[in-house]
Amino acid sequence: MSLLTHKHLLGLADYSEADITIVLDTAERMKEILERPVPKVPTLRGVTVVNLFMESSTRTRVSFELAEKRLSADTLNFAVSGSSLSKGETLLDTALNIEAMKIDVVVMRHKSPGSPHFLARHLDSIIINAGDGCHEHPTQALLDMMTLRQKFGALKGLRVCLVGDISHSRVALSNIIGLKTMGAQVTVCGPATLIPRGIERLGVQVTHSLDEAIQRCDALNVLRLQLERQEAGLFPSLREYHQYFGLTRRRLEKAPAPLTILHPGPMNRGVEITSDVADSEHSVILQQVTNGVAVRMAVLYLLAGAKMPSTEMKV
Amino acid sequence: MRKYANFDEPARARNLVLQGVRAVDPERNLDQVLDLHIRDGILSVAPKEIPADADLLDLRGHLVTPGWFDLHVHLREPGGEVAETILSGCQAAMNGGFTGVACMPNTEPPLDDAGRVRWVMEKAASLPVDVQVVAAATRGRSGKQLVEMSELVELGVRAFSDDGKPIADTAVLRHALEYANMLGARIFEHADDPDLSAGGTMNEGEWSTRLGLPGIPAVSETLDVLRCILVARYAGAAVHICHVSTKESVEWIRWAKQQGIRVTAEVCPHHLLLTEERCREFDTDFKMNPPLRSEEDRQACLHGLADGTLDAYCTDHAPHAWEAKAQEFDVAPFGVVGLETALGLAFTHLVGRHLDLKAMIERVVYAPRRILSQPLPAIANGEPANLTIIDPEGSWTVRPDEFRSKSRNTPFKGWELTGRARGIVNRGFAVIKEA
Amino acid sequence: MDYKVKAVLVDSAGFARTITRLAHEIIERNRGTERLAFVGMQTRGVYLAQRLARKVEEIEGTALPVGVLDTTMYRDDFRTALKQPQVRVTEIPFDLYNMNVVLVDDVLYTGRTVRAALDALMDLGRPKRIQLAVLVDRGHRELPIKPDFVGRNVPTSINEEVRVRMTEIDSEDAVLLVEVQQP
Repeated sequence: MSLLTHKHLLGLADYSEADITIVLDTAERMKEILERPVPKVPTLRGVTVVNLFMESSTRTRVSFELAEKRLSADTLNFAVSGSSLSKGETLLDTALNIEAMKIDVVVMRHKSPGSPHFLARHLDSIIINAGDGCHEHPTQALLDMMTLRQKFGALKGLRVCLVGDISHSRVALSNIIGLKTMGAQVTVCGPATLIPRGIERLGVQVTHSLDEAIQRCDALNVLRLQLERQEAGLFPSLREYHQYFGLTRRRLEKAPAPLTILHPGPMNRGVEITSDVADSEHSVILQQVTNGVAVRMAVLYLLAGAKMPSTEMKV
Repeated sequence: MRKYANFDEPARARNLVLQGVRAVDPERNLDQVLDLHIRDGILSVAPKEIPADADLLDLRGHLVTPGWFDLHVHLREPGGEVAETILSGCQAAMNGGFTGVACMPNTEPPLDDAGRVRWVMEKAASLPVDVQVVAAATRGRSGKQLVEMSELVELGVRAFSDDGKPIADTAVLRHALEYANMLGARIFEHADDPDLSAGGTMNEGEWSTRLGLPGIPAVSETLDVLRCILVARYAGAAVHICHVSTKESVEWIRWAKQQGIRVTAEVCPHHLLLTEERCREFDTDFKMNPPLRSEEDRQACLHGLADGTLDAYCTDHAPHAWEAKAQEFDVAPFGVVGLETALGLAFTHLVGRHLDLKAMIERVVYAPRRILSQPLPAIANGEPANLTIIDPEGSWTVRPDEFRSKSRNTPFKGWELTGRARGIVNRGFAVIKEA
Repeated sequence: MDYKVKAVLVDSAGFARTITRLAHEIIERNRGTERLAFVGMQTRGVYLAQRLARKVEEIEGTALPVGVLDTTMYRDDFRTALKQPQVRVTEIPFDLYNMNVVLVDDVLYTGRTVRAALDALMDLGRPKRIQLAVLVDRGHRELPIKPDFVGRNVPTSINEEVRVRMTEIDSEDAVLLVEVQQP
């Protein structure tokens, strides 16, 4: 009956192939629950979950909240503005206050890499990383992998290319780590100024040509371009970015076989991706969203047990 | 003896004998097991007669060298007393076997004028540790106007630094080098290019990528090292490079010395013994500036220490209050303490492996003092006793809770070391721990 | 887990006879097969449900729908268990509304799993009626749950267990009385 041996989901860096498989398999079961007339199970009744979102985010928070409610957990939302954090309370004090209220699970999004690790050191609660700065966004990568696995059957040997601002993308890093663990082949594509140093040491191939990448991959995960990067001088203009790294129908048509297109959202339509691609039959962007709730349910289910010594439920 | 183990009220070295120690003073070709008698702070080496009323300390098996000097520490006073004071910092120094330290001026307010420098000197005057003040190079450390160097040199200052940051404006750097040189003083440069390193929290490379943390490129340090070397050459001045951490820095300093350029350099234990991978748990006790670098850089620093390219071994002791370090990695301040672990680390990992005892003594006793134009201590009759007492076989575990420093931020927590500072004798005091 | 077989309560031939008898009882009690459906509980309850459905089809000539139910998400010992049990497939390929559901499990003991199954079924739809069919009732109920169809009543003591083996996943058809050895 053994399943996940982890207490937290801080990142995919320490999740093995077996761990990821357990999460993806469980997520498939959760998907079925979402399709029922009463899409709710009582499993996490009495479990208190805090969504500690110190960086603004609607879609991830809503997805987690939905997952929590579908499992009948009690959810609390703690957002940035109006919180004590903006009054200058340290992260540590915020955390200790949460602990004093006996919260079981903290789902955390924060701008500082390693902040979930920080909380895990100081709290007894289970910590789920919903995005820590430019470090990891493990549930996003898990739902991306779930989507790819549904489409292709298996991840081993699958050729996936991540396109965009790799340097500042936690979605990219978690995907790279997770896909490599699952035996996929990963390529990253973007302007040289947006590809981080040493990325080849993570076992990925690097290319600066999207047309070339399209020739040799099965799926493209198009990352959102943050417009602030242009202000920071990392690339000359949106126009040029779109010209050379934007995913358009015309570009896609040159692929040897139809490519599956993913995007973590929200999209800058017309910049990194055009609408005729985003809304096409090869785009799995909406499945990603559905899978997101299922994956988050799976993670919550797998981590939120395990508190007291066992008595096997007698039949 | 209990009376000598008092850190808060150090005992006077009125009349005591260090029995059976191996006294090593390379400058005097001394390496012998003998007794050292100290009367009113003055040494007698292997005296024929020991006074009957002298305190006898059985220190057989111990090593005694001239006093160790830490060329780079932060005492935090004035302004940062939560993390450290001049008193607690000096107690940490004594505990670590140092008889002298050079303290950096990035306090609040910075040590950029005679009044403030004198204040620090007076606070330290009654302590067993020599505190040499390194004054700021520019007013307010703002990198624009030079401080009144002549007046400060008259007070005894021999080095100027904006440590914490470089003197970014090259024209100002040039003037600082020329002016200090005229006075026989040196500029200590924290080598960095602020445009390249802006926002960085750890070495830029595979690990900063894995951890999603903004990186400090190695070339940022190297660039400023080269800039200093070339401008110092042009100005005919001497320059000292603080806390060297990269392979290329070491290579350029080696080249500069071969060219006869007057450059000196220092290196810290963490750059000799740790690499960037240690940041993987986001533990801020591994966050400092310059950051932990790659294994290649570390090896180059070890070679640099061994062949003397890096003249001095020092700590960049940077205390921080617990709450300051208990923050997110990218927000927490840079810095680790080092006074109380440097000697133990040297004996466990450096002496006998990368350099011999004689060379180590050169790096911690003589080079730092030469760089600051200070008199060199000697183990000889009639000399003021300035000694570091070491138990070379003493094994101990680094326990931050046992530090004399007010701060606990060390990357060496839990390390098992062989080689322990047993005590110091200096300025008429003796502070020697119980066995 | 180690166990010592104390007795073979039902052998392979007996197993088939029990299935046949249960199928007849179900048809008789329900006066036919109108709107009848089987829902088997993971894991062996599923195979039993399938066998019962086939037997009923043999007898009456009508094919009956069979659903698969996993009760993991409805357990009452969630969070007191050390590890999360694997969530298995739930698939009810028919509309539960107005159906006469026969819930099938291999061994009935405390009744907690059946309680969980009832909650799950209610969330999945609104059957008209639910009946419970079990291969073995070993007593020691902790909830007011009563089976409608029982293959064998087997009184057991605390350190005994009943193991059902079925050729779909084990090497034989049998019902065994075992003594559980503590590891």
